[in-house]
Amino acid sequence: MRVSLFIPCFVDQLFPNVGIAVVKVLRRLRVEVDYPTAQTCCGQPAFNTGYWDEARELARRYCDVFSGADAIVCPSGSCTAMVRNFYPELLGAANRVTANTFEFTEFLVKKLGVTDVGAKFLARVTYHDACHALRELRLKDEPRRLLRNVRGLELVEMGEAETCCGFGGTFSVKFPMISYAMDEVKVNSIQKTSAQYVVSGDSSCLMQIDGYLRRNKLPIKTISLAEVLASTE
Amino acid sequence: MTATAEQFRRDAALKAADLRHRAVIQKAITTYDAAVAKGKARYADWQNARAHAAAVKWETINHLDRYLEQFERNVIDNGGHVFWAETAEDARRHILDLARRHSVQKVVKSKSMTTEEIHLNKAFEEAGIHSVETDLGEYICQLRHEPPYHIVTPVMHLTKADIAQTFEEKLGAPHTDSAEQLTMIARERLRREFLSADMGVTGANFAIAETGQIAITENEGNARLSFSLPRIHVAVVGIEKLLPRIEDLALFWPLLSTSGTGQALTCYNSLVGGPRVGRDPDGPEEFHVVLLDNGRTRLLADAEQRDALHCIRCGACLNACPVYKNIGGHTYGTTYQGPIGSVITPHLRDAEQWSHLPYASSLCGACSDVCPVRIELHHHLLHNRRNAVRQRFDDSWQRLGFHAWLWTMQSPARYKIAGKLFGFAVPLLGPWTNTREFPELPRQSFRDWWRKHEPRA
Repeated sequence: MRVSLFIPCFVDQLFPNVGIAVVKVLRRLRVEVDYPTAQTCCGQPAFNTGYWDEARELARRYCDVFSGADAIVCPSGSCTAMVRNFYPELLGAANRVTANTFEFTEFLVKKLGVTDVGAKFLARVTYHDACHALRELRLKDEPRRLLRNVRGLELVEMGEAETCCGFGGTFSVKFPMISYAMDEVKVNSIQKTSAQYVVSGDSSCLMQIDGYLRRNKLPIKTISLAEVLASTE
Repeated sequence: MTATAEQFRRDAALKAADLRHRAVIQKAITTYDAAVAKGKARYADWQNARAHAAAVKWETINHLDRYLEQFERNVIDNGGHVFWAETAEDARRHILDLARRHSVQKVVKSKSMTTEEIHLNKAFEEAGIHSVETDLGEYICQLRHEPPYHIVTPVMHLTKADIAQTFEEKLGAPHTDSAEQLTMIARERLRREFLSADMGVTGANFAIAETGQIAITENEGNARLSFSLPRIHVAVVGIEKLLPRIEDLALFWPLLSTSGTGQALTCYNSLVGGPRVGRDPDGPEEFHVVLLDNGRTRLLADAEQRDALHCIRCGACLNACPVYKNIGGHTYGTTYQGPIGSVITPHLRDAEQWSHLPYASSLCGACSDVCPVRIELHHHLLHNRRNAVRQRFDDSWQRLGFHAWLWTMQSPARYKIAGKLFGFAVPLLGPWTNTREFPELPRQSFRDWWRKHEPRA
């Protein structure tokens, strides 16, 4: 099987290790990986801020760049939801490219039928449900099934796993104090689990949570699900 | 930025940092969540109930003209009167005229967000008519000169001690820690008001087209006293409250109470069919329905967002909203708070003045998941944002920024250069980085790594 990677712009620029981890896991599963270098951004920042004409340009561009792909895999529920759920509204209809774009854990579990990727990660972790993965793509069980099969990993559920971390893209800059309060509620919930790591499928949520943890000098670390699955030691 | 937006931003920042407020709301909503989970567990298939309710509402709203006229005919046949109020002003004027014509001195009101929407209490006050809220929560709001904090639980933000203090200060009541005592203090005063009122004003949770009845859901029995004791009953009803058939209540009554409070049914559900006739032992001499538009037909005309009129005002989206929980109901400055308020207020009131509300959301979608009539609330927030940009309510710097951003993203070469320069743009994220640490910038991007590691053909 051959897949094309869509590495969202902020993952590419700020969290390259997430993309690298995806490549490692897929290669370990003998999936042929390709990365069309013409890709840029899915357009979500513009779309969410109301600039649909601008977002539409990038939606068309995305469909062009990935027109030859059998399956497109993306390590972000948010950007996947943008393509699969919102492009059809922007473009008037779904197409082969939008329908074949999958979030990373969704692709592993639902498309490849894999729930054990042979990973090992010695830590107590809690999982944060990213809103778009959970409510737009309805992925709740998939990431957890993958985590439960990681050697040495103990998964502890937090009280507010499904509550938004408060990032929300431009929302967190437009209304920083509301976003910060939501961040705080989230971190309080994480702290109660005494987990060493917060894991999530979306790097933007992790950036938001990590920004709070580091500013307040809390010992909990954030790590992407892809990196946990790539880990073998 | 409009003055309303400025005010919102200030109030939201203050409230979001108020840890006492957060604790009070968290406690109230945790209790609510537990009750609702139990309530939903009573359903064989909650999702199916939602789908069915959404279908009934869709059918009603898409034929609203027909159902409204059917409802009007039936109210008149039952001996009642119907007034079509296009604006809040029309509704107020009509109700005040009625009050004057009947020499009304005192009005008892049961809980109604529609009367909040038209600021009826203020109109009564200015006309020298004494108007008393009789729902316990609304009564407390009235004593404190505060608007309701929440469309279903108006004093969610107050503790028992806050209420005791309000009663001491405003009523001269003795101090008590007992909820029962507090209720008795209100009850004793309100009974006297019921017995001496000339007019009862209520809202309606549903209006039944085929019978011309209105349905009122409550827990305290104050609504039934409000419409059965005074000489005149006025019901202020938003035009979206219609249901075609009386048997629709079999679905909607439990749906409303389950989503609103977690109850299987509220303590009282009344159907009001008109004035006292023949040998009726009680009931008003006159029954007036005020059908309120006040911007609703603008929403009705918008095919994309028309389903926002499905709302049955259960309050579930407020309770689910992490923004609401952190900024509280008063911060919105609207009659309808939370996600549904942010969806409909720009339509019902001035679109530009309220264009900031749809942006005050992380678009997490928790609201849409709990909505019992399946309104895609967070998608409508997106629609409102797009409409705001189309109508040029956006900031011109922001618009310019997105033009530049698009130009960058349309070319991988420009995108790569922008990536290298990103470090210089971090200060633009000041509002975010003021309270949080920005991640360290990596030495290489993913695409740089890929160039070195891509499989060679």
